[in-house]
Amino acid sequence: MSTLTKQDTFSPLLEAATDNFNEQRTLGKESFLSQGLPAVKEEEYKFTQISRKLEKEISDFQSAKPIELTKELVDQSIYEGFEGNVLVFNNGYFISELSDLPEGVEISSISKKEDLNIGSIAKPEKDAFAALNLASFQDGAFISVPKKTQITAPILLLSFFKANSGQVVQPRIWIESGDFAEVTFIEQSVLLGEETVFANKVVEIKGGLNTKINYYRLQNEGRLFIEVSNIETDIHQDSQFSAVTISLSGNMVRNNLNLNILGSNSVGNMYGIYLLNGKTHVDNHTNVDHTVPHAESNELYKGILTDHSRGVFNGKIFVRQDAQKTNAFQQNNNILLSENAVINTKPQLEIWADDVKCSHGCTTGQLDEEALFYLQARGIDKMQAKGLLLYAFAGEVLEHIETESFQAYCTNLVQERLGSKF
Amino acid sequence: MLSIKNLHASIEGTPILRGINLEVKAGEVHAIMGPNGSGKSTLASVLAGREEYEVTEGEVTFKGKDLLDLAPEDRAREGVFLAFQYPVEIPGVSSTNFLRTAVNQVREYRGLEPLDAVKFLSLMKEKMKLVEIDQKLLSRALNEGFSGGEKKRNEIFQMAMLEPTLSILDETDSGLDIDALKVVSNGVNQLKSADNATIVVTHYQRLLDYIVPDYVHVLYKGRIVKSGTKELALELEEKGYDWIKEEIDSAATV
Repeated sequence: MSTLTKQDTFSPLLEAATDNFNEQRTLGKESFLSQGLPAVKEEEYKFTQISRKLEKEISDFQSAKPIELTKELVDQSIYEGFEGNVLVFNNGYFISELSDLPEGVEISSISKKEDLNIGSIAKPEKDAFAALNLASFQDGAFISVPKKTQITAPILLLSFFKANSGQVVQPRIWIESGDFAEVTFIEQSVLLGEETVFANKVVEIKGGLNTKINYYRLQNEGRLFIEVSNIETDIHQDSQFSAVTISLSGNMVRNNLNLNILGSNSVGNMYGIYLLNGKTHVDNHTNVDHTVPHAESNELYKGILTDHSRGVFNGKIFVRQDAQKTNAFQQNNNILLSENAVINTKPQLEIWADDVKCSHGCTTGQLDEEALFYLQARGIDKMQAKGLLLYAFAGEVLEHIETESFQAYCTNLVQERLGSKF
Repeated sequence: MLSIKNLHASIEGTPILRGINLEVKAGEVHAIMGPNGSGKSTLASVLAGREEYEVTEGEVTFKGKDLLDLAPEDRAREGVFLAFQYPVEIPGVSSTNFLRTAVNQVREYRGLEPLDAVKFLSLMKEKMKLVEIDQKLLSRALNEGFSGGEKKRNEIFQMAMLEPTLSILDETDSGLDIDALKVVSNGVNQLKSADNATIVVTHYQRLLDYIVPDYVHVLYKGRIVKSGTKELALELEEKGYDWIKEEIDSAATV
């Protein structure tokens, strides 16, 4: 157990006065105190020494307060080309006055809700950070898409972070959708100021029958951002859930993405790219739990790492005994461009059913020198040839983004990075 | 156009080329033949700028410039084209985008305006006829899943698009059936002019029935040991390489 788990370190967070969810917060607190922050040898966190990182970088375990935020800044921050509705979060607090609420969707501050079974999907006992968030989250949003509602324009979850000397922001989002609903969310975050922030985020998504939900994330907050996120979804019958995570910068980032496949004929997709440089550390821990027959999951993560960066990929596929006829695919490919970049990749398949199709593969290599020479021999500049090859490697993931403006924006960011930095 | 003087090259410390001398003038076709392991492909690779090979001695000038001093992409822009023995499959890179990038970078170097999409496509259509390459192939990723023959055709198609002054065909005939060989040779012959030159590297004489050389050189143990006209190729076809090996090896022991 880390020294950080001493109750007094966290008492400002854990003892802060709250209005509601007292029962769940107590549960979260008990769960957090019994688990403690991940220890150095904790299997699930052994390549991501988050406790040490927090000890070093976060001096003040207080919740950051909302900062002054103008409509102008909000408008400037929305990624270029976006068309849709924007929900604004200010150090985790949902700001409806600055948001542009989509019609036909119920949206409110989560801290004002009652009778919401938070912690029932992202269960506190599964992860210390999920527990800490449940115990001490400040605010966030409750989003409910009614039955048979198709929200065609994407909803942008635009978060602003700014803290005084290393504080904590703990947003919590609950998304639920009625049967036959369709909706796309895009996460974009902006870090303001010159101080390190620790964001500990939880997103719970409860789908209905025959729903289609996309959840896209762009992580590009820069070197002062430490983040742990737990995103967990229940996928019910005939539904499709797709997550795409694009990680371009950060200090230490840990993404826990958990898909619970609870209904047949459903599909869970997890895609990701991480382009890491400097000392950036990004850890994607994914888990898909097949509990019923005739469902499918697809997973593709691709990484390009240079300088002293470090990537971690851990992909768990769990196929329960009842989950016959499961199709589960997983692939993780990496290119290391420097001697000091490190990738730890670990596929984990646990299969209890006997009539399933599961495959997994991971590769780690360097840039293909023969391909590079081939392009050069046709007159293409070496740097550009490298960029072309790297984009060819990583670009495949971007094809899974269905929102055109976001795909174009990310493609541009990725190409810029691969053409210039690498 | 091309002047190679006393060229020595090695890979990982092992010498492969041990003093090549060769003069190629505009309008000429030179065939480089020789048994396996004689250094034919190494010569082609060194001229194109492959980095694994270290030039230890000698010089190569191309149109008056020190070729060995140029990066591979600048050699291509100056007009050197290597048709690869094993063209590389590059998934994720579309053939068309690749070619457009290449053509425009070469044009920029030569002080020409870049081609816009329309002009590029019409140039592509024109050159495609030359090697009877299917448009469908070019809408795929570069060489990905192409048959051996399709890859070689694509090499000659790229050559047609880039309009080099010196083309080096590295065993372009190997693995081709006779129909494909005719198509490829026909493409090469149509691209020939008084201003450009071709070096054909091959193990077999067969290709030279279609691409007729002005000179034939035999490479053995990293040196050109015999030069002649196309009749030399026919002699090699008939007698194999052993008589040359014997001639050289016995001379060396004396």
